[in-house]
Amino acid sequence: MHEMSIAMAVVGQVEEAARAGGAHAVTSVRLQVGELAGVVPDALAFCFELACAGTVLDGAELITESVAARARCGTCPGTWAVGMPPELCCPGCGRATDVELLSGRELEILSVRWEDGPAGPRTREPIPEEA
Amino acid sequence: MCRVVDLRQAVLAKNDGAAQALRDELTARGTTVVNLLSSPGSGKTALLERELLLARERSVAVAALTADLATENDAVRLARSGVPVKQVLTDGLCHLEAGMLGRHLDGWLPEDTRLLFVENVGNLVCPAGYDLGESLRVVLASVTEGEDKPLKYPTAFGLAQLVVVTKTDIAQAVEFDEAAFRANVERVNPGVEIVMTSARKGEGLGLLLDRSLAAGAGTGTHTPVMARRQQATGHDHAPVHGHDHGHLHGHGHGHGADHESDHHHHHGPGHAHDHTPAPGADHGHDHGHDHDRDHEHPQVQPAAQTR
Repeated sequence: MHEMSIAMAVVGQVEEAARAGGAHAVTSVRLQVGELAGVVPDALAFCFELACAGTVLDGAELITESVAARARCGTCPGTWAVGMPPELCCPGCGRATDVELLSGRELEILSVRWEDGPAGPRTREPIPEEA
Repeated sequence: MCRVVDLRQAVLAKNDGAAQALRDELTARGTTVVNLLSSPGSGKTALLERELLLARERSVAVAALTADLATENDAVRLARSGVPVKQVLTDGLCHLEAGMLGRHLDGWLPEDTRLLFVENVGNLVCPAGYDLGESLRVVLASVTEGEDKPLKYPTAFGLAQLVVVTKTDIAQAVEFDEAAFRANVERVNPGVEIVMTSARKGEGLGLLLDRSLAAGAGTGTHTPVMARRQQATGHDHAPVHGHDHGHLHGHGHGHGADHESDHHHHHGPGHAHDHTPAPGADHGHDHGHDHDRDHEHPQVQPAAQTR
């Protein structure tokens, strides 16, 4: 269950960004999770809720975008859906010397929606560039 | 006012940054980290016991750090080889992270260590996502675990640079189908080397040591398809702010800095327990790791990103 560590990493990074941006409440976080990232979205959603408690993300929604794993072979045309369990040898020529995984390992925070401005108490002054 | 802010940050960027910094630092002083992953009970410790002993006989300076949720049994076993061994108790955490490893090495890892074997928590899911700054990632599976293990745990097997099959002495009794196992590994990690070992009978003894030394010498470690850079997304890893580990000091002064709640216990060859809590455990041990210094060694980059 490393989803708790992942959730805490997400919360930590968003907190940092929110502080720098003068946000007083984060309402949602959009996350990209590849098919081969080794993360279970349901488990992550559960942990995320816990990790948000008592932070500027309290009550924030986690929106997960899954990314299908695709690969291509350097010598054959086209790309293929790698699937789960993954098939990383080229279905055309059977080789894998020149196979490239195009997508599927993503684990990335895409964007964050937050409230800023004068409403509500602030924990920190906004940095001038963001004011 | 409500607004949407683009962050575009890799979730594990901090761990990856800490891992890279640790790899650079250790490589610069001639230490190669080998990260060993497997299910509980696959025989990591038994094999490692033999390899450590062999390293000692060959006068290769090795050390081992072993992580478990509880008990110091593994460290006690490994310490019999006479090499420096450290037990890390994760108190329930299912994997090691790079910053954590860095802090445990600080003040413990002997300066002249050539190979550091890290026996990760017995688990094929969680540790797979965390780069520890290793130059060689090894996944072990025993013949009793079933030929489809690589398909069930594709991330762990897919990111390995060496696959070690253990307990081959009982392969026949459990009707282990080596060809099927190899085909399944090939599917998730084409081209990775698979070696057969038996700690009990001595088959394949020394292979782990040889491959580890070769990885340290920078000679052609395997780069798994899954670990190759993805070009399509373009913005792979966000720059990392603030390294997560301190300098690795020689020996002696137990610089503790145990920010997480895990304990650490040293096992020298002769004596088994040292429960002294590190003095000054709250010593913020941020030694202003300056960037210039960090990048001044254009050392051989390990061939593969293990994440």
